Amino acid sequence: MEIEGYDPGSFFDEMFVARGKARAGCQLVAERLRTMSEEELRRRQRAADKSLLVMGITFNVYGHEAGAEKIFPFDLVPRVVEAVDWAALETGLEQRIRALNLFIGDVYGPQRILDEGVIPRELVESSKGYLPGCRGLKPPADVWCHITGTDLVRDDEGRFFVLEDNLRCPSGVSYVLANRSLMKRTFPRVFEASKVRPVDLYPSKLLQTLQDVAPEGVDDPTVVLLTPGTFNSAYFEHSFLAQQMGIELVEGRDLVVDDGFVKMRTTRGLQRVDVIYRRIDDDFIDPKAFRPDSLLGVSGLIEVYRKGRVTLANAPGTGVADDKVIYAFVPDMIRFYLGEEPKLNNVPTYLCRREEDLAYVLEHLDELVVKAAGESGGYGMLVGPAATKEERIAFAEKVRAEPRNYIAQPTLALSRVPTMIDGELAGRHVDLRPYILFGKEPYVLPGGLTRVALREGSLVVNSSQGGGSKDTWVLRGGVDSSPAGRRTSSQAQTQSRGGGEKA
Amino acid sequence: MLSRVADAVYWMNRYMERAENVARFIDVNLALMLDLEDGYEEQWMPLVATTGDEAWFFEHYDSTTRDEVMRFLALDDRYPNSILRCMKAARENARSVREIISSEMWEQINRAYLYMREAAADPEAALDTPHELLSEIKLAVQTFVGVAHVSMTHNEAWHFGRLGRLLERADKTSRIVDVRYFLLSGAPTSTFRAVDHIHWGALLKSASAMEMYRKQYRGIRPSRVIDFLLLDARFPRAVRRCLMVAQESLRAITDNPGADTEPERRLQALCEELEGQSADSIIEAGVHEYLDRLQSDLNGVGAAVFDTFLAVKPVGDAGLE
Repeated sequence: MEIEGYDPGSFFDEMFVARGKARAGCQLVAERLRTMSEEELRRRQRAADKSLLVMGITFNVYGHEAGAEKIFPFDLVPRVVEAVDWAALETGLEQRIRALNLFIGDVYGPQRILDEGVIPRELVESSKGYLPGCRGLKPPADVWCHITGTDLVRDDEGRFFVLEDNLRCPSGVSYVLANRSLMKRTFPRVFEASKVRPVDLYPSKLLQTLQDVAPEGVDDPTVVLLTPGTFNSAYFEHSFLAQQMGIELVEGRDLVVDDGFVKMRTTRGLQRVDVIYRRIDDDFIDPKAFRPDSLLGVSGLIEVYRKGRVTLANAPGTGVADDKVIYAFVPDMIRFYLGEEPKLNNVPTYLCRREEDLAYVLEHLDELVVKAAGESGGYGMLVGPAATKEERIAFAEKVRAEPRNYIAQPTLALSRVPTMIDGELAGRHVDLRPYILFGKEPYVLPGGLTRVALREGSLVVNSSQGGGSKDTWVLRGGVDSSPAGRRTSSQAQTQSRGGGEKA
Repeated sequence: MLSRVADAVYWMNRYMERAENVARFIDVNLALMLDLEDGYEEQWMPLVATTGDEAWFFEHYDSTTRDEVMRFLALDDRYPNSILRCMKAARENARSVREIISSEMWEQINRAYLYMREAAADPEAALDTPHELLSEIKLAVQTFVGVAHVSMTHNEAWHFGRLGRLLERADKTSRIVDVRYFLLSGAPTSTFRAVDHIHWGALLKSASAMEMYRKQYRGIRPSRVIDFLLLDARFPRAVRRCLMVAQESLRAITDNPGADTEPERRLQALCEELEGQSADSIIEAGVHEYLDRLQSDLNGVGAAVFDTFLAVKPVGDAGLE
């Protein structure tokens, strides 16, 4: 198909530096697209969609008929991240997750950062994700956030920024694995020639992480994945990960507290459980501890956890660092706990609790993105430039009523990637969610979920709001094709792949 | 394994098996009606009777015409035992245990369901070529059974699945014999006598048993048909064969040669009873009465399986308060 017709526009385009001119790492992909007919591309796209449906790789949309499943639209054109860019991201993410983890431990422990006034105490204590009941808890190895999915965006100059930290139950990694297997089938030769780092290690790394944080003294821990059930929007992922790790997928009703331990009901009686990878929010995990109306959790679970007889991943209470207001203080946490400068920057953020910020935000609603502190999934947000006057007025009311609960950020000109729209390539905005595991040491999966806003001009990439996804190709550094991923990625830092980068 | 998972695998298999058997009922009746001599009206009411849900049917349908009954049994999204709904229920169960079954099994169930959903979206078209629809369904279920056999470890979960499938199949074979037998021998005016042979043949065909029956007995005689469908130890749809294999699975599940659980005791008793039985004495005692008792014994086995392995167990110590 004709790729010269594709217009990279005034945005940072991740594939083309100019019309018809691909970046160094994208040349093979661009060449393949050029030599394929439009009909052939459409055919492969249809085949990919069909296999997603047959494999049942679907998500449930809330607010629709119960059990309504949709496939998460998948776009065939990959998003390529060069080794040198990835190496920088990797160290930045590791730094960030260490600091966040220290922060959570501190907040539920000695509270140094609050005593020293680096973060206002009242901000933490008023956060929806802060659970006073977690004060004094000591999770194994002092790790609170074992699994993190950090949302990154690139601006019009291609610089990466952290948009938010998802420290509760980040989802989407199953799409990373599924997209990859589709791409291997769709573009086998380009894939091979491009030297893409594998993502298939994720399930075994995840299992290792979970085993590493088992309660002390348990040699061969029984690990389970706790799901809210088949009607949860991410059920496919829960089931997929349990299958890939070879562990039991349990619901709340399968677990029971008996004789001081958490046990599961099996065909041969009750069996002890040591580590729970829970995909249920804190609020619902134990009706005795948090929400008495919850039918999802396990009564008495938190008490067993408190006694150190079961591990929860992630630990309860991590939501405090997930709060979009607390987010604004992560650079301060990095300086406070690690004595380092942040390697990855936040998007500049206005806190509506500050009077001058609030005034500025209300003044400039038409150019800002405003978000509720405790929401996720694209809910509770206003994209100023895309909103109508009525929507802005209504949103301003909400912000005024509860300023603590809102932040605002400039509307970034997010980077774009060519995307198949009606048989032609068109630029669409993307973000990137890498996944970080933290058992003994942080591990960043070389890849991640690239979400793409399929509507022209749209900046909202969430699956519930008309987003799709792409495979993310993290390239191996230099000419060394050794499979030892981490070694090659650090080598890449010192190697120049410059070439077409700034051409 | 988790009790909830065992339950889901068990019902996933029961529903798939049920879907296939309903397709068989319809298919054979269709064939039978084509063979009717002039002047006889098509008989579709007996199929409704097989389900035991006549009351529901007459609440929702006006007449027992071919199209109405077929739509009811195959495509009705409101009727819980229609093929469409069985496939849907099988798929919902499969969805909740995807990490336990093989991907191939899940994909086959999903494919079967998507096919049914498409058929149900345009019932006129689907019922225009019913044989095609019904063959697809039978093939889809048999493919599922084959895929399960070769792609999943024959572990506890697999045996729960096979147990469910065989209890369902034994029940359905007994029901089809029951309803057909009533029609064949019970009609006082004996209107079917002229085509008796065809009807007994249809009974065999409902269970895909015609060819295998002929290899064993050749001529069609009522007592031999009863013997083959209820008491044969080798034909896979015969009630006795189903229960013998179910017994194997139950033993594998308990892993206990002593046979001292309630479902094992009940199944053992049933198998012994069938082994010592003869077709002639069943006919003499009354086929319907015999099958009634058999079905209630089968339900007893199902209930015992539930109580022993699947029911949520009471907990002695409620926690650490």
